[in-house]
Amino acid sequence: MILKRKTSGLNNQTMSSKLFDIFNILLMLFICFVTLYPFLYVLATSMSSNIAVMQNKVTFYPVELNFTAYKKILKDPYLVSSYYNTIKYTLIGTFINLLFTSTIAYPLSRKNLVFKGFFNTMIIITMFFGGGLIPTFLLVNALGMYDTIWAIVIPGAISTYYLIVMRTFFQSIPVELEESAKIDGASEVRVYFQIILPLSKAALAAIGLFYAVGHWNSFFSALIYLKSKAKMPLQILLRNMLISSEMAQQNKIASRDEEVVVAETIKSAAIIVTVIPIICVYPFLQKYFVKGVMIGSIKG
Amino acid sequence: MNNAGISSSKIDLSRNRKKESYLFNKIKEIKRDKFLLLLILPGFLYFVIFRYIPMGGILIAFKKYSVYKGILKSPWNHFQYFKEFFTDFNSWRLFRNTLLLGVYSLFWSFPAPIIFALLLNEIKNLKFKKAVQTISYLPHFISTVIIVGMVLNFLSPETGIINRLIMFFGREPIYFMIKNEWFRTVYISTGIWKGLGWSAIIYLAAISNINEELYDAAKIDGAKRFRQALHVTLPGIAPTISVLFIMNVGGILGADFERVLLLQNPAIYETADIISTFVYRRGIAGADFGYATAVGLAQSIVGVVLLVSANYISKKFSENSLW
Repeated sequence: MILKRKTSGLNNQTMSSKLFDIFNILLMLFICFVTLYPFLYVLATSMSSNIAVMQNKVTFYPVELNFTAYKKILKDPYLVSSYYNTIKYTLIGTFINLLFTSTIAYPLSRKNLVFKGFFNTMIIITMFFGGGLIPTFLLVNALGMYDTIWAIVIPGAISTYYLIVMRTFFQSIPVELEESAKIDGASEVRVYFQIILPLSKAALAAIGLFYAVGHWNSFFSALIYLKSKAKMPLQILLRNMLISSEMAQQNKIASRDEEVVVAETIKSAAIIVTVIPIICVYPFLQKYFVKGVMIGSIKG
Repeated sequence: MNNAGISSSKIDLSRNRKKESYLFNKIKEIKRDKFLLLLILPGFLYFVIFRYIPMGGILIAFKKYSVYKGILKSPWNHFQYFKEFFTDFNSWRLFRNTLLLGVYSLFWSFPAPIIFALLLNEIKNLKFKKAVQTISYLPHFISTVIIVGMVLNFLSPETGIINRLIMFFGREPIYFMIKNEWFRTVYISTGIWKGLGWSAIIYLAAISNINEELYDAAKIDGAKRFRQALHVTLPGIAPTISVLFIMNVGGILGADFERVLLLQNPAIYETADIISTFVYRRGIAGADFGYATAVGLAQSIVGVVLLVSANYISKKFSENSLW
């Protein structure tokens, strides 16, 4: 009797536990669906015919499959030039980010650097307080950077957060390596270039990827610092295409000449072309997520 | 008396010596670290020029700024901008909107990743777990422009998928983007969509650091899964939760500026206009630098005060704090 009761009790528990598991798996699948569906929908739209989209026929897969939208945007000189600009800003910007961030992070990771406390305090303060939008804007203009690439890549050259992540990484390199090299007669310069940097390739790559994604996605600095149409990055073009024209349309405001109504298929194709590089670096980025977040969460 | 004088002069001497040796040591250390200091130089200059000079530029908020005289030589304005801002009826709207977005974020967007992490932790199939996690990070890397573009597309009154669904159930389509009452919902839900997986990383990492033995002990005490989650997992990540909570309280006025700027339009300024978008509009688009800086400064002072007090309160009532 007693035994029986016990087993039935166990069964009850596994029953509710199983029910929970099923519910949980369904919920997770739902979250995945909600996360991915917008991309699927945009992809389907970009490969459908305009008419099918207008008639609300597209939901999950392309209707009247064709690639006219892609052909059109690849011929658009404005889009091609802004794609080129974005690549340029991303490459040069990331290079500057890594150069500035690593050269300041390394000395700060050394145990008994002179004035270390002063430098550290100076950096931490910037995490909590800053000059704000307008003073920075005025400074960048005063430096003559307006409407040049430098306004895009220099003001954000160092992210305090990534600086701390990199400093923590350098700290994790065993001091013995450095000391034994010095005993062998290597100078500080050689230690940095021939021991520390080669050991840090993975960390540099990871932080570089994060910086690069930031440049690829950035639109605000281009919005305030650039004027020439020929210098605009992709995100600005997308903003004009996707948002300004759409807002004008939904608000029933006559659109300005720049914001001509654009076909849904073209908009979708432009989104896909912009997102694809991100999706391509995503598997590489993904490796470093947990590490990066955990290192960064350690107090300064 | 004499003795005392001698001993005090001795102390002075040793103090002087200490000072000298301190200076001497510093110079020695500077010589020793000259390469490291050289390496620091570009980054140091960057911080001075692009982070600290703008802090000095805040002075413009207290001046009658004229481009010809420059910031330093312009006359003081006797807090004119602050008086103007704090007595303007519209300012209340800006402050309310900014604060409400922060409060709603704290209420909805803050707990969502914690719940997600706890539920994901209950998934037994490791491959499935990993796949869900990987997919959930993705939106974090998508630009705000594209996210808002997709939101507009999905909410469009004629062709948007959401309104197609609404019409399928026989209701009237909703003009989401020009209705004041919808803005906050749209902002918060895109925030959750974007940040759910990314913010969960830190909780998942904290969960994986919980000692396995605690679960075994709980099992021996007869705790079922729900009880284990409640009495082992949740307390295990509580320190992480409180540190992030303090940071979120500190950032309660720091609504995602880019997302708000792109989502808003003049028709919904009543709910969608926040301090930072106002600073942008008035300062950069309107070239009213002094006034906009004053408003921005008021916001960041309130932000710092909030952060410090949240940290103080947390320190007082628990052992968790940022510093």
